[in-house]
Amino acid sequence: MSRPQTTTKTETRARRIASVLMRNRVFRSIFRHGFADTNRNRSLSVFSNILLHIHPVKVNVRAIRFTRTFYLGGMASATFGILIVTGIFLMFYYHPSVPRAYEDMKDLEFVVYMGLFLRNLHRWGAHAMVALVLLHMVRVFFAGAYRPPREFNWVIGVLLLLVTILLSYTGYLLPWDQLAYWGVTVGTNMADSMPWIGQHIKFLLLGGREVNENALLRFYVLHCVVLPFVAVLLLSIHIWRVRKDGGVYLGEAGDTAQEPDFGLEGHADTAPPPAGAAWKNSETDA
Amino acid sequence: MPLVDDLKMPMEEGEETRREFLALLGTGAIAVAALGTAITAVRFLWPEVLFEEERRFRIGRPEDISVGTLVSLPQQKVYIMHAAGGFFAMSATCTHLGCLTQYEKENNRIFCPCHGSRFDTTGKVTDGPAPRPLPRLELVVEDGQLVVDVSKPVAADVVLRV
Repeated sequence: MSRPQTTTKTETRARRIASVLMRNRVFRSIFRHGFADTNRNRSLSVFSNILLHIHPVKVNVRAIRFTRTFYLGGMASATFGILIVTGIFLMFYYHPSVPRAYEDMKDLEFVVYMGLFLRNLHRWGAHAMVALVLLHMVRVFFAGAYRPPREFNWVIGVLLLLVTILLSYTGYLLPWDQLAYWGVTVGTNMADSMPWIGQHIKFLLLGGREVNENALLRFYVLHCVVLPFVAVLLLSIHIWRVRKDGGVYLGEAGDTAQEPDFGLEGHADTAPPPAGAAWKNSETDA
Repeated sequence: MPLVDDLKMPMEEGEETRREFLALLGTGAIAVAALGTAITAVRFLWPEVLFEEERRFRIGRPEDISVGTLVSLPQQKVYIMHAAGGFFAMSATCTHLGCLTQYEKENNRIFCPCHGSRFDTTGKVTDGPAPRPLPRLELVVEDGQLVVDVSKPVAADVVLRV
């Protein structure tokens, strides 16, 4: 293919603007690769971008198809992002104290501009996150993606499920209504029934013998600081491990099993691999 | 004159070099510090003072409670029963998962709204998931007043005769 020899006036002007914007030190310090459609630039654009960097250097087209993962892990992370943003907004109006907590929750619903929307987004986002994390786990389990070399990441995932449930549980007390109060009473009494250490765990968790102002403050700190911090840390390790283990699990090399067809997308790019071709993970198999 | 190398003592089996010993010492010091920090951190979270309901409190005069009456004190989470044999105090906290039970006067029974456990007026479980009867609590008379201590459970057959 030969380049067209004639260039229009607009094209020349566009080139000049582009050159002003891009041929300078600042732009070059941020974007360190060209636009030309070469394999090198394709790879560079992936691993010089913090968001795309979660992918291995080369990504098999099968790995990013919807029916491979149903994007469940990605959606769980996205809901976590929504929960962080809406949670920070809610924190501006919520006081974790016995006289104020319930009133603040009601204010958020009926007085604060967009408060009802944010509170509901936070609440339904939390439900969605728990559901998505569980579904993600089910998907990984049935794909057999927990097997070596991904065992460690499965364990990290189990810890993330635990943190997700703890986040959900600690958030449950914060509205300080009857449901919250008795829900947490029942929950901490479950911890109490553990032999030997149960009553101490309950006491430590509540900061007392009963669900009262100490418990509210403790659950608030756990919900807003400690558990999100742990979740972000574990999530970083989790995503980093996915990349280091060669990306999404695509089956064993030479696996002749048919791709599942859910009829959800076109088939332009889903032609089966050429006979005898072993699919290789870019990093682990090299 | 002997060289320094010639004076080197032969290492015995299981003996450590100075480097290994110092490394062990350093690692040990870090481990002790880490353990100490962890214990201190947990201890910090243990409250020294609790601003909770009094655990020992007065109920009233025993002669004001007629025989066969169950007095319900939801704030203190305690029942006082004046049975034919005498007085006794029971915890009002359900033995299943810690909800506050309530006395149903019309049915003369104690009911837990959380998971439906039922108890009779002696605290015995009659229905539902509660694994144990409501525990009896220490009840004494001081200056003509009934005094309960909720931190002191007593045997299930203890009654107070006034």
